[in-house]
Formats: sequence, structure tokens, C-alpha cells
Amino acid sequence: MVSHVVSLKIYISIFLALLAMTALTIQVAFLDLGPLNVYVALSIAVFKALLVVLFFMHLRYSSSLTKLFVVSGVLWLGILIALTISDYFTRAWQNPPGGWVEGVEAAPQPPAVNPH
Amino acid sequence: MANHSSAVAHQFDDAEQQFEASSLGMWVFLLTEVMFFGGLFIGYIVYRTAYPEAWAEGSNTLDVMLGGMNTAVLICSSLTMALAVHAAQTGNRKLIILFLVLTIVFGAVFLGVKAVEYSHKFHEHHVPGPSFQFEGEHSQAAQLFFSFYFAMTGVHAVHMIIGIGYLLLLIYQAWKGLFTADYFTPVEMFGLYWHFVDIIWIFLYPLLYLVGRH
Repeated sequence: MVSHVVSLKIYISIFLALLAMTALTIQVAFLDLGPLNVYVALSIAVFKALLVVLFFMHLRYSSSLTKLFVVSGVLWLGILIALTISDYFTRAWQNPPGGWVEGVEAAPQPPAVNPH
Repeated sequence: MANHSSAVAHQFDDAEQQFEASSLGMWVFLLTEVMFFGGLFIGYIVYRTAYPEAWAEGSNTLDVMLGGMNTAVLICSSLTMALAVHAAQTGNRKLIILFLVLTIVFGAVFLGVKAVEYSHKFHEHHVPGPSFQFEGEHSQAAQLFFSFYFAMTGVHAVHMIIGIGYLLLLIYQAWKGLFTADYFTPVEMFGLYWHFVDIIWIFLYPLLYLVGRH
């Protein structure tokens, strides 16, 4: 046997947990938690993803090298997100590319330079 | 290779090391996919922060129940995929085929529901482009939301379609008796891909359908 055999009981439990978390995230979405809503929804999603990665994708039973690769991949995703939002969120006076201020016409383009 | 079931390519010490190499390679591929989808997610974060009202308006036009059903369907398909891997590990050829077929069925149901949702969007003129119409207050920014909706769910659906194609190949190979308890690497590696696609949806569902619902 080259890979760890996960028992059927674990698979079924994870499956039921994933369905329960889906029902929970729908329920919570209709409660008004203010800015917390998105964080609760994302926490549930991260928890579900962890269950899938650890048990369905067998990461829990994989070699340390595989675990290191996965953790570093997630870390790099974190760098991508952290650097990008630290840039955009500290330049509130600028709209993101392709963006505009509601109700304000797009800034006029500079007139074309006449070469003559 | 004449005999797949006991073949260890000459650069590997044993079957275990060979399996480990395949597994690591597959994870590296999936991590490139994480970065690929990560780009879409970061775009989503930037524009949602710039236009939160439009995001809520756009999100509220999506059908929570259809999306929720699709989430459940995809979790079912992940379970059947995991069971197919289990059947492969225990060398049960008939069960491998059964569970792979069930995985295709759930995948097809997901894509069918997605097609229904897309066709609603076309009828409602919620598809970004010249004929886009939106009854909400923030029509222009809502168009951005729908651009993200179609880009993210579209790329996800493409991954599902490719997955179903590969599942058909795996079923054929299982039918030919290629997989045994000693050699089932393709089934296990494809399982990693399929679960990864499930994880993407686990994030897409709350971000697109549930955000701004309250």
C-alpha cells in the first residue's frame, strides 16, 4: 500500500460536517452582523476547505515535504493578498483601475497632441 | 511499459517514492492554480471594497437556493471521488467505476444548474456588455460585480468540464483493469484536482451569493 487508507467512517463524517457548515453559512448570511458577516462567512469557508484538504485530499497523512509545499503555497497567497490590499487600502483617494466615482463623469482624456 | 500494475520507473527506488513524487508534483500544480484563482480573489477584494453597495445589490440578484444546492451537489461529488480513491486503494474495480460515474453525475448536475443560472442572467440582461441593464442604484459598479461573477464561476466551470473529461478517461482505464491496490496513482491524483475545484467553489459561494444578503 503506497498511500494511507482513510476509513469510510471519517469520509462520511467529513461529508456530513461539510453539509452542516454549508447550511450554517446560509443561515448566518441572513443575520445582520454588520461588517462581521463577511468574516464569519470566510471563516466557515476556510474551515470547510481545511476539512477537505486534510481528509479528502489526505494531507493529514502526507509526508512532511508535501505539507511544507502546501503551507508555503498558502503563505505566498497570503503575501499576494497582504501586499495588494496594503497598497490599495492606503490610497483611498485613488479609484482602482477601471473604477470611477458614482455620479461623476469619467475624467476627460488629455487632448491628442498635434504633431504640427 | 508492459505491466503498469507493478511498474516502478527506473529513477525511483520503490513504488512509495514514485507515488510521493507524483503526489508532490500534483500539489505543486494545484498551488499554481491557487495563485491563479488568488489573482481573481484579490481583484474581487479590491473592487468590493471600492463599491460595497453595488456588490450587495448584484449579489442579492443571485439565487441563494440554487447556489446552495450546487454547493451540496459539489460536496456530494467530492465524497464520491474520495470513495472512488478508497475503492482504488482496496482494489475494488467495480466500485471505482461506480463512484467515478457518480462523480460525473454530480458534476453534470452542478454544470446543469449553473447553465440555468447563466440563462437567467442573460434573460435579465445582467451579463456585462452593451446590453447590460441593472435596475439597482449602482448600475455601473454592479456591472463590475457581474464581470467578477462570470469570470470566477466561468473559470471554475471550465475546470469542472476538464475534470469530467478526465473522469471519462479514468473510467475507461479502470474498465480496462489498469488500476490495482498497488497502482492507482492517476485516480488519487485526479482526486486531488477534483477536491481542489470543490474548495474553489466553497469560497466562491459565500463571496458571490451570500455577501450583502442580510
